[in-house]
Amino acid sequence: MSTNRIAGGGAIDRNRPISFTFDGKVFAGFKGDTLASALLAAGVRLVGRSFKYHRPRGILTAGSEEPNALVELRSGARREANSRATVTELFEGLEACSQNRWPSLTFDLGAVSSLLAPVFVAGFYYKTFMWPAAFWEKIYEPAIRRAAGLGRASLQADPDTYEKAHAFCDVLVIGAGPAGLAAALSAGRSGARVILCDEDFLSGGRLNADAREIDGDGGAVWAQRTHAELASLPQVRLMMRTTVFGVYDGNTYAALERVSDHVPIPAPHQPRQRFWKIIAKRTVLASGAIERPLVFGGNDRPGVMMAGAVRTYLNRFNVTPGRRIALFTSCDDGWKTGAALAHAQVDVAAIIDARNDVHPDLLAEAKHAHTPVMLGAQVLDTQSARGVSALLVRDARGRKLRIAADTLAMSGGWNPNTALSTHLGSRPRWSEAIGAFVPGDLPPFMSVVGAAAGEFSLAGALNTGAAAGREAARSVGFEAPASREWQVDEEQSGANSLWIGSASRGKAFVDFQHDVTREDLALAAREGFKSAEHLKRYTTLGMATDQGKTSALNGHAIIAALTQRETADLGTIASRPPYTPVAIAALAGAHRGRDFKPVRLTAGYAWAQARGAKFVEAGEWLRAQWFPLVGETDWLTSVVREVTAVRTTVGVCDVSTLGKIDVQGNDAAAFLDRIYANLISTLAVGRVRYGLMLREDGMVMDDGTVARLDNDHYIVSTTTANAAKVMQHLEHARQVLWPALDVQVASISEQWAQYAIAGPRSRLLLERLLGNALDVSNVAFPYLACAEFSWQGRPARLFRISFSGELAYELAVPARQGEAAVQAIMAAGETLDVVPYGTEALGVMRIEKGHVAGNELNGTTTAADLGLGKLLSKKKDFIGRVLASRPGLNAPDRPVLVGVTPVNRMTRLHAGAHFLSIAAQPALENDEGFLSSVAFSPTLHTWIGLGFLSRGAARGAERIRCHDPVRSADVEVRVTSPCFYDPDGGRLKS
Amino acid sequence: MRIPCPFCGERDLSEFSYLGDAGYRRPELGSENIEEFYETVYLRDNPAGPHEELWYHAFGCRSWLIVTRDTRTHEILAARLSKQAALG
Amino acid sequence: MRYSIFNLLRQALAGHSGWGPAWRDAEPKRSYDVIIVGGGGHGLATAHYLAKVYGIHNVAVLEKSWLGSGNAGRNTTIIRSNYLLPGNNPFYELSMKLWEGLEQDLNYNTMVSQRGVLNLFHSDAQRDAYARRGNAMRMHGVDAELLDQAAVRRMLPFLDFEGARFPIQGGLLQRRGGTARHDAVVWGYARAASDRGVDIIQNCEVNGFLRDGARITGVRTTRGDIQAAKVGIAVAGNTSRVASLASLRLPIESHVLQAFVSEAIKPFISCVVTFGAGHFYISQSDKGGLVFGGDIDGYNSYAQRGNLPMVEDVCQSGMALMPALGRVRVLRSWGGIMDMTMDGSPIIDRAPLEGLYINAGWCYGGFKATPASGYCFAHLLARGERHETARAYRLDRFATGHLLDEKGQGPQPNLH
Repeated sequence: MSTNRIAGGGAIDRNRPISFTFDGKVFAGFKGDTLASALLAAGVRLVGRSFKYHRPRGILTAGSEEPNALVELRSGARREANSRATVTELFEGLEACSQNRWPSLTFDLGAVSSLLAPVFVAGFYYKTFMWPAAFWEKIYEPAIRRAAGLGRASLQADPDTYEKAHAFCDVLVIGAGPAGLAAALSAGRSGARVILCDEDFLSGGRLNADAREIDGDGGAVWAQRTHAELASLPQVRLMMRTTVFGVYDGNTYAALERVSDHVPIPAPHQPRQRFWKIIAKRTVLASGAIERPLVFGGNDRPGVMMAGAVRTYLNRFNVTPGRRIALFTSCDDGWKTGAALAHAQVDVAAIIDARNDVHPDLLAEAKHAHTPVMLGAQVLDTQSARGVSALLVRDARGRKLRIAADTLAMSGGWNPNTALSTHLGSRPRWSEAIGAFVPGDLPPFMSVVGAAAGEFSLAGALNTGAAAGREAARSVGFEAPASREWQVDEEQSGANSLWIGSASRGKAFVDFQHDVTREDLALAAREGFKSAEHLKRYTTLGMATDQGKTSALNGHAIIAALTQRETADLGTIASRPPYTPVAIAALAGAHRGRDFKPVRLTAGYAWAQARGAKFVEAGEWLRAQWFPLVGETDWLTSVVREVTAVRTTVGVCDVSTLGKIDVQGNDAAAFLDRIYANLISTLAVGRVRYGLMLREDGMVMDDGTVARLDNDHYIVSTTTANAAKVMQHLEHARQVLWPALDVQVASISEQWAQYAIAGPRSRLLLERLLGNALDVSNVAFPYLACAEFSWQGRPARLFRISFSGELAYELAVPARQGEAAVQAIMAAGETLDVVPYGTEALGVMRIEKGHVAGNELNGTTTAADLGLGKLLSKKKDFIGRVLASRPGLNAPDRPVLVGVTPVNRMTRLHAGAHFLSIAAQPALENDEGFLSSVAFSPTLHTWIGLGFLSRGAARGAERIRCHDPVRSADVEVRVTSPCFYDPDGGRLKS
Repeated sequence: MRIPCPFCGERDLSEFSYLGDAGYRRPELGSENIEEFYETVYLRDNPAGPHEELWYHAFGCRSWLIVTRDTRTHEILAARLSKQAALG
Repeated sequence: MRYSIFNLLRQALAGHSGWGPAWRDAEPKRSYDVIIVGGGGHGLATAHYLAKVYGIHNVAVLEKSWLGSGNAGRNTTIIRSNYLLPGNNPFYELSMKLWEGLEQDLNYNTMVSQRGVLNLFHSDAQRDAYARRGNAMRMHGVDAELLDQAAVRRMLPFLDFEGARFPIQGGLLQRRGGTARHDAVVWGYARAASDRGVDIIQNCEVNGFLRDGARITGVRTTRGDIQAAKVGIAVAGNTSRVASLASLRLPIESHVLQAFVSEAIKPFISCVVTFGAGHFYISQSDKGGLVFGGDIDGYNSYAQRGNLPMVEDVCQSGMALMPALGRVRVLRSWGGIMDMTMDGSPIIDRAPLEGLYINAGWCYGGFKATPASGYCFAHLLARGERHETARAYRLDRFATGHLLDEKGQGPQPNLH
């Protein structure tokens, strides 16, 4: 079965076989395998197709930097496109499919695009597809879009759940390789709260890939022992399968924990993934290094792999990627792969080093293993179409020769993984010593150790890690016990200089996934796209799913060479969060579907629900919109009935969602005078007044009522939508504008349930309801009275205010009594024919009365626009007074509030229609305003509307048009007063 | 970003809402000077560097804070209660 | 060399060795008729129209970094002209008309793709507001359609129509809206302007103004002093900084807006969609990446990066709108600095100093405005008077109260 599985003591569990499918074919692997290692073990080399040319691609790496081996994982609603096989932990029943190919992976018609490669160079599309203009959307772009993308989205709602969590720690260690483990250990032993995260499911990092020794044990053994000690420390949290993907302000680190990605489906009540926000006092970055490919002809074929990855597959997974493996390197580390292969008794075809001189020890070791060595040589090309079978090599003397090999391991040296050091804006710094970028200025309270800092030796990683962990803990008050240095097996420092090949036959790829070749870079340079960012944007270098982890530096080095600059001067592109791609659902957490936003319910919600109410979203609130009776199927029927009931008998409406703010203090009156445009301080105790509030720029902000319960005690109400905004505004005025005033404000919106009881019989109802608790007679409790009293042993408040235009009251009770209160109201009104009414009926009646609401209070209307200009007090200063006098807010042609009724009274009106003079052409310059609110008035048996009409005050009874092209309507209407019903207000006071 | 609320301690950005330049000085009560009001309301400091600004701890103690923050790095340099700062 | 399929094929046979630089990397001269500060889309478009429409060729565009390094290269590429107010609507429609002919004008494929912009609504009030806007558009001859829920469902069946917290009721569709390739717009204008003699000077940061009394006579730069009869600044995001060099205070705050792109997946989102119950917009690029964003972070910033609360807010809105996004992965996020004005609308006007002109305050809507902004700014610079369609973008409108507040949020930049 496992053609490429070899003996050895890696990190797979041979007692736990796992079966999985790739492109429908069944394969087997072991617990501990990744999809990539299991495919390699099974001899599968062709795994995917590239983005542009559909070139056959295999497995390049053994890590999250993988650009080639991307698959669609799982199926149905759980399908995940572009999943990297190299980090996909194998589980029983795993389904994977190759992507971006048709009809099959081995025979992909899309590969014809490679025939057009001479045309499809970087940026070719900017130079063509321009004629004729209409063809772009119809012909060219659809063709491009058919070819676009890699994998397919599921197109179905994600069935899994996701969580968000916060964690706080003294020391966060990112990376559980040798440096990170050492850092976590020394910090953990100090007693500090430590979190250690690693994206892998196994700690140890390169210790699992390289046969190294620490204190006489194998490196992997040391890693597991250290892991176990860390796990035993109560203050240490080990988070495997957790990628720290972003660094944010305030020492906040974003991390993704893959809770259930290694099982077929999440266990019950388990999320698929958990998004962590980790707040760390100190951070040790031990993110290791990423190996650089070499750029030569055919370097993208299946079978060409990173040399370090070959060692990972050999030692960790006990898989050899091939039977006869050649090595092409420009650094010392590549030779380790040769040694490892020889040790595993895999045939090494040759070690080809681009350098003319290498350390004698390397040569000796190769000689000892009988490995052929070619110095000063380069691979020019590889053969064959679907996987490496041979290499074309040019030796130091310029001779070209063919070497048979089924795999080519390459190493261009290692790049410190600096990504997380740059998220707050610092740029990496070029190190000539290692021929790579190292972290520049670090984020606050971060240190960087090991290979991530350019320290490539194991001893260096352990020691810098331990020291950084100790220092991090010490700086937040935890003293770590001194520890001895670890003894490691002999190692060379290893030259890691950057080498960029020049000669190649065939396409030499720099960015594998995006098919960016050396020729593309040369073209970009010729066309002036020479800065790192222009190069990226013009050629798409580094924009693939690996964000340039394997390609960016090579690309920049090549462009630097082409333009006679130093790589150091060219710089590198900024790494952006996330470090590796993160599912959108994970960042959303539980906030989706009905849980997208909290649902706010009033105390009377259950009662309304029991009455069969239809609810509507009002911000986060759910409000009863209307209460259909059995047999009522159309909303208008119900609403007409509710309005009629209020106008003739009595109705009750839950108005608890309106904002309620308690204002107290010796200066409360003075304070409210400054807040409201109209005078408040003259309001007597026990009385209520309408209040209009402006923003400082003179526009109307909100309206509501102000009730004075005592000399130093007011209750103000706000609209539902503006409750929080007004609260913030009052706090601002109190704390920032006038801190010397003795006044306190508190939101009591949630504490009080409030019901409007409206209609000619409302007083009768209240008399029955309240009994002796309060005298509600017209004399004792006239229009705009208010009172705080005790009802059924609890506090209650009654306000004689009316939004409907009828005799009406609002009764407020503590929220806990809200449901009982509304039931008591209904019971008291039973023989009075009381009906509950919802927001629609409320809306109809306020339009009949010409009261403004949200559609009119849209932030661009002045008091005068709303017909409320005379409310602006001239006796005091208030917020918005001065700027309201600007000319633009007082232009004579500003649209002002009017009422309209259709000439044919049953013709439906639509809010959003624009006003035009009867004869005017529809054009912006003829626009005279718009219709803001409409309703069918059962009281008047006509459609009615409120709107803003230019010079509206002077246009009584004029006929105009409501122009509504988006609904193909044009309705002739007559201008009226905005108040359609009981304009003298006699009913309010009855 | 985390803001050290003098009342509640260090809290996450998501608990706060932002108003802007804390140099906001409303003209004296009764002032009729449109120009002064215009400058107060519309011309706010917008430096690249340390900036004194008003934040409201909406999902916390409801205090208005004057926070000194570097707009280039988002580093918080100081935070105090606006009311206390005004009253001295 | 002219860009065409013919030349492309010919070059394919010649190894593409014949293509020259897209634009001349010019050295600064001692003086120009007009200096444009800012080598983004707006600055380059201004230079192009100055040369092409107004015949002024002795022009330099000064860029402190690489061309397009500001918001031109950081936006979500949406173009549309679905504005409500009469001061805005004709301007953005002029821009749309220029977009429609841009490729032929520039001889550069900027991939203007009129795939439609759909604004969803979720309440009656929102529907009415969109109807009002759509009607305003129609009255100016701009296309607008009000769709009901069924029509939206036909277009985008994978939106959440069943379990949504704020059910989709319908949408306002502008079919002529869509996207354009943002970098190509920069390069296309640069190439076209350069071909007409405009000097494009990168890595040249303006750090002061040359003055003769109250008159601006040029700029101080990191590459020396440069004289000019007129200086226009088009540095949105950094306007306050640059204006402060001339001791000007402007009604602008700098705010960070984040944007996001997903891994490339096979195209399935046909148009630009905006969510009405949260701040979220999304489209899919011709490469397959989902390009999306939301609201500004909400605090003054010059850092070109944002924070997690907005990242989460955007993704939550995305999931609420489109639960099929769940397993699609965010590939990259970044931030750009927006000139947020006090009414949410831009400024194209003379500065209070003679010789200085301001193009600023694009909030987070600058990309779609690029052609008209350049056109109208060129008109202002060339003729000294405001272009007809940009006449509302006066600097003094805040003082006089002739505001252009589409959202009605008042003088609170982070709410626009």
